[in-house]
Amino acid sequence: MQPTSTVDRPAAPLAPNSRTFARAFADLRDAWHQRELWAHLGWQDIKQRYRRSVIGPLWITISMGTTALALGLLYSQLFNQELATFLPYVTAGFIIWNFILGVVTEGTGVFIDNEGLIKHLPSPITVHVLRMVWRQVLFFAHNLVVYFIVLIIFFPALTEQYTMEGDKVVHPGLSWSVLMAVPGFALVVVNAVWVALLFGIISTRFRDIPPVIHSFINLVFFMTPIVWHVGVLNKVTGGEGEGDGGWRVLIAELNPLYHFVEIVRAPLLGQTQDWHHWVVVGSFTVVGWALALVAMRNYRARVSYWV
Amino acid sequence: MVSIDVWNASVDFPIFDAKSRSLKKLALGKVGGKIGSEGRVPIIEALHDINISLRHGDRVGLVGHNGAGKSTLLRLLAGIYEPTRGSSRIVGKVAPVFDLGVGMDPEISGYENIMIRGLFLGMSRKEMEKRVDDIAEFTELGDYLSMPLRTYSTGMRVRLALGVVTSIDPEILLLDEGIGAVDAAFLEKARDRLNDLVKRSGILVFASHSDDFLVELCSTAIWMDEGQVKMHGSLREVVTSYKGRDPYEFLSTETLERIGQPRVLSRNGGE
Repeated sequence: MQPTSTVDRPAAPLAPNSRTFARAFADLRDAWHQRELWAHLGWQDIKQRYRRSVIGPLWITISMGTTALALGLLYSQLFNQELATFLPYVTAGFIIWNFILGVVTEGTGVFIDNEGLIKHLPSPITVHVLRMVWRQVLFFAHNLVVYFIVLIIFFPALTEQYTMEGDKVVHPGLSWSVLMAVPGFALVVVNAVWVALLFGIISTRFRDIPPVIHSFINLVFFMTPIVWHVGVLNKVTGGEGEGDGGWRVLIAELNPLYHFVEIVRAPLLGQTQDWHHWVVVGSFTVVGWALALVAMRNYRARVSYWV
Repeated sequence: MVSIDVWNASVDFPIFDAKSRSLKKLALGKVGGKIGSEGRVPIIEALHDINISLRHGDRVGLVGHNGAGKSTLLRLLAGIYEPTRGSSRIVGKVAPVFDLGVGMDPEISGYENIMIRGLFLGMSRKEMEKRVDDIAEFTELGDYLSMPLRTYSTGMRVRLALGVVTSIDPEILLLDEGIGAVDAAFLEKARDRLNDLVKRSGILVFASHSDDFLVELCSTAIWMDEGQVKMHGSLREVVTSYKGRDPYEFLSTETLERIGQPRVLSRNGGE
């Protein structure tokens, strides 16, 4: 047998086919089929972090609990808020923020950190993204325990009608509408995947991006209504004005993360929810995925060269 | 049908030094543009104009000096690098064994590493659970399998990695050098198993400096030199021209009998 034989060798494709949307979608689809892999790895990451510690992943819950308690106590006094409704507010907001923070900061390093795996084992690059997002979802689940504890403590206050200090909106209190948090969080997770894909690819090529994001993310935390309530903005603008609270309210409205937090937090606290949050998040989902798919099409095959 | 086809493929690595790997440089580079060669990202041509066609049953040895492109070629064949120019098509389930430290977590046990490696190679959890006993028996690691991987010696890691890939019926098996760290007795066992595997499954590509290994496992060979295929032919011909001596010359008679090779190189090559 001639080893270099060209028997049954198909004619060469006219053009390289690595930069097509078909390949980008195939990458996503294959990664989804390998969910046993990334689900296992995501769990492994959490177990790994707490290996040889006595109470293990419970530390995640404890750390969240103390932080939420301290922030809730401090800021409820600073902003003169009712503790029974403000502490749950800070807790829920902070838990959601932690998920967003984890996705954004770890998303920038999702390919850089997995350099070894990318260079040695052929797998769809989306696998690394899904592993990271799944790990963050598991962290979120651990932190949610704190929410339930707070919920039990302040159940009477939260199930009645209440208003936040400085705000005119009357919140109906907890009811079955709490289930709206499930699709809300699902939408946030869908967004987490494109964020990690897009930022991950860009950061792999331009190594300045992760430090930039790391240094600004703390600022964004304080600009987002998490330890303070939008009602406070109404108050400082005079509060009596009907409708919009002027430019200061724009600080919250122009911050996309506010809307992401709000679609999960409002149902968790039995607060009234404005539909415009869903519109904003929905638009981000569509635009973000479009950008991520373009990045996947053009640079998916380059990631293994860049890491 | 298992196959690997590579057409005129090149693999060029952009080398971003600390300066050019930043937005600042890109922005300034466009404005200034006078620095000349510094503005461009230097490129290393690791492979160029590679044409390879492999079919079911091919057992290919890769030879060449350090830096000739053997490992990069293996990664191209694995689909890890898609060619920057030209194109490639790989049909079949690929199982690469490149660096034994990668994809293995030193902090978790051997069992868990078997599971993760299997999952990476496209197996399901259930399928891996069925194979764990078989792998444990083959690797002879015994109770060590429940110890963290960091307690393993290099040879033990090789055993584990080989145990996993040889248990999962890959269609395309890609081995990089480095499996020489195992002892002779295990080598014997691994050889039988690899031989068996190669017979059952499609394609083997094996980069090695060890004549013994190549002779045992491969029938044809590719000689890589400076990122190009310098020679592609039967193992005996290629290794003879690469090393300047017949690799079969010093083999014992029984080995030659087993692999069915005549002692003296005939005019028309090995087969």
